[in-house]
Amino acid sequence: MDNSLLAPGHRACAGCAMPTTIRLVLDAAGPNTIVVSPTGCLEVTTTPFPESAWCVPWLHSLFENQSAVASGVEVMLKRRGKDTNVVIIGGDGSTFDIGMGSNSGMFERGHKILYVCYDNEAYMNTGVQRSGSTPFCVHTTTTPSGSQSQGNPRPKKDMPAIALAHKVPYVATASVAYPVDLRRKVKRALEINGPSYLQVNAPCITGWTFDAGTMIELARLAVESGLWPLLEYENGKLVGVKKIRRPKPVEEYLKLQGRYKHLFKKTECADMLSQIKDMAEDNMARYGLVD
Amino acid sequence: MVIKAGSLVDPCSTRITKTGAWRTFVPVFDHEKCIKCSLCEIYCPEGCIHQEEGLFIPDLDYCKGCSVCANECPRMAITMVLEEK
Amino acid sequence: MSNNTANMKVVEGSYAIAHAVMCCRPDVISAYPITPQTHIVENLSQMVANGELDSEFLTVDSEFSALSVLVGVCAAGGRGYSSTTSQGLALMYEVLYNVSGLRMPLVMNVANRAMGAPLNIWNDQQDSIGARDVGWIQIYAENVQEAVDATLQAYKIAEDRDIRTPVMVCMDGFVLTHVYEPVELLDKEKAREFLPDFKPEHILDPARPMTFGAFADPSTYTEFRYQQFEAQLKALPKIEEVARQFEESFGRYYGGLIDGYFLDDAEIVIVTLGSVVGTVKDAIDAMRSEGKKVGLLKIRSYRPFPVQALRKALKDAAVIAVMEKDVAIGGEAGLVTDLKAAFYSSSIRTPIIGFAAGLGGRDITIKDIRKIVEKAEAARKGDLSEFEFLALRKEIL
Repeated sequence: MDNSLLAPGHRACAGCAMPTTIRLVLDAAGPNTIVVSPTGCLEVTTTPFPESAWCVPWLHSLFENQSAVASGVEVMLKRRGKDTNVVIIGGDGSTFDIGMGSNSGMFERGHKILYVCYDNEAYMNTGVQRSGSTPFCVHTTTTPSGSQSQGNPRPKKDMPAIALAHKVPYVATASVAYPVDLRRKVKRALEINGPSYLQVNAPCITGWTFDAGTMIELARLAVESGLWPLLEYENGKLVGVKKIRRPKPVEEYLKLQGRYKHLFKKTECADMLSQIKDMAEDNMARYGLVD
Repeated sequence: MVIKAGSLVDPCSTRITKTGAWRTFVPVFDHEKCIKCSLCEIYCPEGCIHQEEGLFIPDLDYCKGCSVCANECPRMAITMVLEEK
Repeated sequence: MSNNTANMKVVEGSYAIAHAVMCCRPDVISAYPITPQTHIVENLSQMVANGELDSEFLTVDSEFSALSVLVGVCAAGGRGYSSTTSQGLALMYEVLYNVSGLRMPLVMNVANRAMGAPLNIWNDQQDSIGARDVGWIQIYAENVQEAVDATLQAYKIAEDRDIRTPVMVCMDGFVLTHVYEPVELLDKEKAREFLPDFKPEHILDPARPMTFGAFADPSTYTEFRYQQFEAQLKALPKIEEVARQFEESFGRYYGGLIDGYFLDDAEIVIVTLGSVVGTVKDAIDAMRSEGKKVGLLKIRSYRPFPVQALRKALKDAAVIAVMEKDVAIGGEAGLVTDLKAAFYSSSIRTPIIGFAAGLGGRDITIKDIRKIVEKAEAARKGDLSEFEFLALRKEIL
């Protein structure tokens, strides 16, 4: 029988990576966990009143205050002597952009909170607009490709580096395609006596446009191409790098997605493609991804 | 249904909504080929594939027919079939 | 007023408020500094530092986070406190709606201050009157003692199972926060008897894993709003009841929803709120000695708006003059429009004239109040004036 802490019947799109990510996180965290979520696909698809997919206590307040709200929860639990996990689960829009102020406050105050960002690299809930997490050249509805545009002109914001700059003692990246690694990182993060930040690559079928069945394949390709390195930092030191056994060319990852379609249609995009390749190669070299 | 002040809701209550109605293709499992790696269960976005008496079975009340399980099965033991309704 | 002066001390208003908050025993205080609220939270943090107050004091990154922290505190079963003003209240705006919608019984002192631009740190009530529709109860204090007493009463009102609505205790910035005046500080034990520990029905608890704050579609949203509307209506008798209970315990009472001064036979009634009430009373004393039948109606509870109490108290007035420290630019102002609305749906057709006064900390003088009475006398003779800015310096326009 099913002992998942996220019930079926939620309204996420068929082939969405978010619910799989959440189930893996909850599976590792266990039932003695309180979740705080900002506004986003997660909130909307899991809590349509009078229903909720959550089997752990769950609280939603606003789009940008998850870290402050969770700080309040954590402080109260500590005051009452309760040893309960406090986990924030939010998307990249609230994590990278609008919630940055309260995220910074929570990190800096050192609350014992695990922050999990399911990163689908744009504002998906409002219809695929660019966020600070959107990678270079991605077509979104606010950075569309066109005769004068090759999609998003800026690279993805380095959120883990921002967490590290706050001296967050545990910072890691993970992927929905690597469940063992993801669960282990959640467990490790929850052992840390302080804040932790875990950024999970979670493909969005609607925003990235791919065949639903390829969701995990795509997340795996993001890692294998070197564009999404799986890293782990403790006390500011890089302590874990997931090696890539079979490195894949970035094109293999990009070609499966509608959001990069223009890169393969326009000759003037050759330079963009080579810049993306450079990013992957830079990651490979910097983190020693390939033996 | 009576609304609770503060928009308070009981846990695990989305179970009343059978998202299986969204489905076009249905996964058909070949239990002979199955090596019990449980990847289908782990990756299923609905969390609706479970082992029953040793066999992996999708709960069709909730399966949205996304085909992630079929794609990820290392033995190609799951086939997506157009569902007659 | 009580005759018990044992606890009477000359202290700064902000200290008196901090002392009252201490007597309310909040689990968590979360605040961001902004003039003229700072002395309240500085005093509280010192009380925590000295071990006089067993609360967690969180220094946060903004007013937005200050109130958001308390959402988590409240959901986890704690009593929360914050204080702010002006720009800080505006930055909290989104959270204000959220706190009331989640039915979280928080209490906050608002040290009323003008809104920028242009930047101005002095007192008016634009900040809280501008937040009249956010679903919070708003109680306005005339002096420090009232603000102290209202702070304790506020938690009792907010946490009532039938109300479950946050309360702003509004007190004029500087005028009340920075003034030194004799105040009877609350007795801790009596306060504990008056305000028991906070025990909410539902909290975030893995043993009973409820979902808080599910999203509502058009089929239920109206009913959630109606529940809040209904709770505010229920708060009308509750505010009165709590004011009377407070009187029994502490011997002080200033009216529940409204209060009056020479109201019974008044022909011209000045309606206002906050610390300017003292000046109006002085003006009335002077005018009464001249034989003018002028009276005062003080609004204590602005939200819920005490419609019935106002109709009853003002039904015999010949002219009502509303003076307030806010303006609804492009319209009139908060209190005057609310009062007109309350009366127009009754049979009362008393002329109502409105004045914006004391904006950005400008003094309201007895001369200004006499001017209002002159306008009211003209209105009585049929010469009704439109909403105006009192003591407008036309020469610099």
